[in-house]
Amino acid sequence: MRPTVAADSVPRLPRHVKLRHDKARDRWLILVPERVLVPDDTAVAVLSRVDGARSVRDIATDLAQTYQAPVDVILADSVALLQDLADKGFLAVTEAPHA
Amino acid sequence: MPEDHAADIQLVTRAGEEQARPYGLPLAVLAEITHRCPLQCPYCSNPLAMEPAANELSTADWLRVIDELADLGVLQIHFSGGEPTARRDLVQMVSRATEVGLYTNLITSAVGLTRDKLSALADAGLCHVQISVQGAEPALADRVGGYKGGHARKLEAARWTRELDLPLTVNAVMHRQNLLQLPQIIDMAVEMGASRLEVANVQYYGWALKNRRALMPSPAQVEACTATVEAARARLHGVMEIDYVIPDYYAERPKQCMGGWGRQFFNISPSGKVLPCHAAETITGLDFDSVRDRTLAWIWDNSPALNAYRGTAWMPEPCRSCEWKEADFGGCRCQAFALTGSAGNTDPACARSPLHARVFALAESEAEADHTRFIYRNLSGGTEEAGPA
Ligand code: SF4
Ligand code: SF4
Repeated sequence: MRPTVAADSVPRLPRHVKLRHDKARDRWLILVPERVLVPDDTAVAVLSRVDGARSVRDIATDLAQTYQAPVDVILADSVALLQDLADKGFLAVTEAPHA
Repeated sequence: MPEDHAADIQLVTRAGEEQARPYGLPLAVLAEITHRCPLQCPYCSNPLAMEPAANELSTADWLRVIDELADLGVLQIHFSGGEPTARRDLVQMVSRATEVGLYTNLITSAVGLTRDKLSALADAGLCHVQISVQGAEPALADRVGGYKGGHARKLEAARWTRELDLPLTVNAVMHRQNLLQLPQIIDMAVEMGASRLEVANVQYYGWALKNRRALMPSPAQVEACTATVEAARARLHGVMEIDYVIPDYYAERPKQCMGGWGRQFFNISPSGKVLPCHAAETITGLDFDSVRDRTLAWIWDNSPALNAYRGTAWMPEPCRSCEWKEADFGGCRCQAFALTGSAGNTDPACARSPLHARVFALAESEAEADHTRFIYRNLSGGTEEAGPA
């Protein structure tokens, strides 16, 4: 089944996806099977907050404060970015329990 | 479609360094820790003359090499072979690789795996498992691998892999005798819980070249295979990724091989030789340096074999004045050697090679001939399958 990312989803990087700052090359990288991806600044900002505990909404709220930007725009961007990664098999999601 | 926030890596040199060299820091290494394997696939990419166990690097050698890899800027290590689980020190190697921050992948036939071994590997930090399959059902799969009961054991190992929450890629090597089972192989990979499937058509050098008559598909079969993959990709979007490698005999342009010779990738053979790709030992006349004699950092910069076909300066015509030379680097050196006798020629898979028409015609006539008998891969130079052609 195709995983769906929504505002209340809790994203987590699975074992085969590693976000890593590489000292030799001085850049952030995403390591996945057979490939190395170079994330842009937006992806790094979002992914470095993905911890398997916070929801996408929590992450967007945090980013909105850090970057002084409207939360709904950031939320929509984050959902799209994370859905794209999930479709590639690079992100796992669970639904947040309703508070 | 959302815009892409993560591009595939291109040539990356050391931080702050100009891109003046025709190669960057190596991204990944294929560690072929042994040539021993219970299977005998007729298209195996190991060289015809395989390394006996007595020549293999020691545990201490490998642990030192793993440290050197991390220092050199390598990011990923693929443990392969032969069958990597045939070495008892595999868990130790994976542990060390995890410790020094390498991304670890196990490329296995899965036949010799046990649940305990897999569980120990998971505890050692293994990031990913790749299991090869030879067909969609035991009769054909076991015949191709030359190992009775192998297929069933692969399915079992795949189940353990998923139970241990290890991510799984299934690798299916395709040729004339199993192409018809591709739709079922795709369904089987989904059932095995794979998040990724590699559908790779055989590359013809080494053992596969010896077996080309029994393996080569026709252009029509390849087209059908491509259509099957495309339909499955659409259907399985978000469920399972499918990587697809077509046989370049039937392409207009060759594949870019290994991202370019000695550019971002290398292979270490069981005895410690540093090769630009897993098949490079099929090229005679190249001198490969060994981690037994030199540091990896020295070898990466200075090995004559790595430098021989780096960049574009070595190229003859038609590559030299071709607009695609930076895109495919003239194709595969091993294939050029196998088919033209010189690794320095344009890969005949390219339509611009003067030998292309001949190669294509030969491939087609072999695809139509009805030869099915394999020559199995083994240490004694190959054994022909029993029974009628
Ligand atoms: S291709 Fe087959 S014979 Fe060769 S190493 Fe892999 S499983 Fe073993
Ligand atoms: S001529 Fe050489 S560079 Fe041009 S497409 Fe063919 S192989 Fe590639």
